[in-house]
Amino acid sequence: MNNFDYSRASDVADAIRLLSADPGAKLIAGGTNLIDLMKENVERPSRLIDISRLPLREIEETASGGLRVGALVPNSDLAYHPLIEQRYPLLGSAILAGASAQLRNMASVGGNLMQRTRCAYFYDTATPCNKRSPGTGCSALDGLNRNHAILGTSKSCIATNPSDMSVALAALGALVHIAGPNGQRTIALTDFHRLPDDKPHLDTNLGSGEIITAIELPPRGFARNYSYLKIRDRLSYAFALVSVAAALELEGNAIGEARLALGGVAHKPWRSLEAEAALRGQAATPDHFGHAADLLLQGATARSHNGFKIELARRAIVRTLMQAASATPQSQAHKKIA
Amino acid sequence: MADTSIPKPISINLVVNGEKRALEIVPWTTLLDALRDRLELTGTKKGCDHGQCGACTVLVDGRRVNSCMTLAVMKDGAEITTIEGLGRDGTLHPLQQAFIDHDAFQCGYCTPGQICSAAGLLAEGRARDADEIRELMSGNLCRCGAYPNIVAAIEQAMSRS
Repeated sequence: MNNFDYSRASDVADAIRLLSADPGAKLIAGGTNLIDLMKENVERPSRLIDISRLPLREIEETASGGLRVGALVPNSDLAYHPLIEQRYPLLGSAILAGASAQLRNMASVGGNLMQRTRCAYFYDTATPCNKRSPGTGCSALDGLNRNHAILGTSKSCIATNPSDMSVALAALGALVHIAGPNGQRTIALTDFHRLPDDKPHLDTNLGSGEIITAIELPPRGFARNYSYLKIRDRLSYAFALVSVAAALELEGNAIGEARLALGGVAHKPWRSLEAEAALRGQAATPDHFGHAADLLLQGATARSHNGFKIELARRAIVRTLMQAASATPQSQAHKKIA
Repeated sequence: MADTSIPKPISINLVVNGEKRALEIVPWTTLLDALRDRLELTGTKKGCDHGQCGACTVLVDGRRVNSCMTLAVMKDGAEITTIEGLGRDGTLHPLQQAFIDHDAFQCGYCTPGQICSAAGLLAEGRARDADEIRELMSGNLCRCGAYPNIVAAIEQAMSRS
């Protein structure tokens, strides 16, 4: 780890001021990804601004009937919060599918959104990587790319976003509240992360000097018909090859509203309004779910080792929608896939 | 700032296993290194040093965390419990006794982390059966493969707590 200066922010405005004053500075809260990246010399901040003591730990109901979650709420506290368990169990399930109990105790909600790809080439400073060192090339394109993206890729980067929480947040239509030198703004979670295009070093649309203060969940929680299914190389504590967040509102067997998002397949949580629109008004059957899966996976392309993900994703989407429709969500502890 | 200019050490206070400890520490010192190298509490082990194996698990303000992924300076004022602080007055913690009863280790290197993690798991109160214990202990690897006995030990401690 490089030597760095350390400051403790006294409030959000102070954090923004410190961040704006030093282009090499980074915010730190849980530190579960940043410290790892610093140990690998991928990140070499000149200063760490400790925001872990800022008062951003509230979970409160909004006037519209949704929920506002402070950016520093630990992942485990959010997953186990009674209002999440009752009203947004898809989110709780996705969070508990990620990392380990220790890391979930440490990691913050805002930090989860800011975590970087686990592409092995991004971590290996001896190899070219456009995300780590812009302009050097992408080692994954023709390298070992079994874990890499099949959707929204570019010639510059085929890395995936590793978050489980973000996949559920995308499906739920969450908002991200941001504060910065020019005041406050709110953007959709689906607009927070970027596709790589020709600027893969930019993971998010967060501007310089900006800080996430909260995420907001809309009133619709899909608490009855939902499931989060994560497919990975071992049964726990591994990143997704493919994950699916599915949420339905059913009237009898007819689909009123449908939400669908994928993890492990793209540079951001992958959602298709077209696929969701195709489900509305249809019967909740495997055929209709298969059609939605095809729409969601439209344009999927494989590199040399990750072609299996396309069929895996298609099957996982259908399976997860079936779990959601039958109100038998995937258990993250009991591994049998119904 | 160039890497050659070394920021001044920062004064922090920790309560480690019930005892107040003052430290002058550079900001890039992990809690794991502070415990092992500065406070000579070598029960907490360095395995992967990347948050992947759980050997460094300790309790910070009662919650289990990876001490290798924690900067000591950020925990100023916190209460830290390590494997050395779990037993009281010469009596083993019920989890320590359960690990002995069930032979829940071979080489023992992961054991302090396993036991601290299990103490966190018991305090969280989320595990109700063996599958849930396995899932909520998945952040602690055991290369000797003592998992069945570790689960049995935790079930014993859980049933008696």
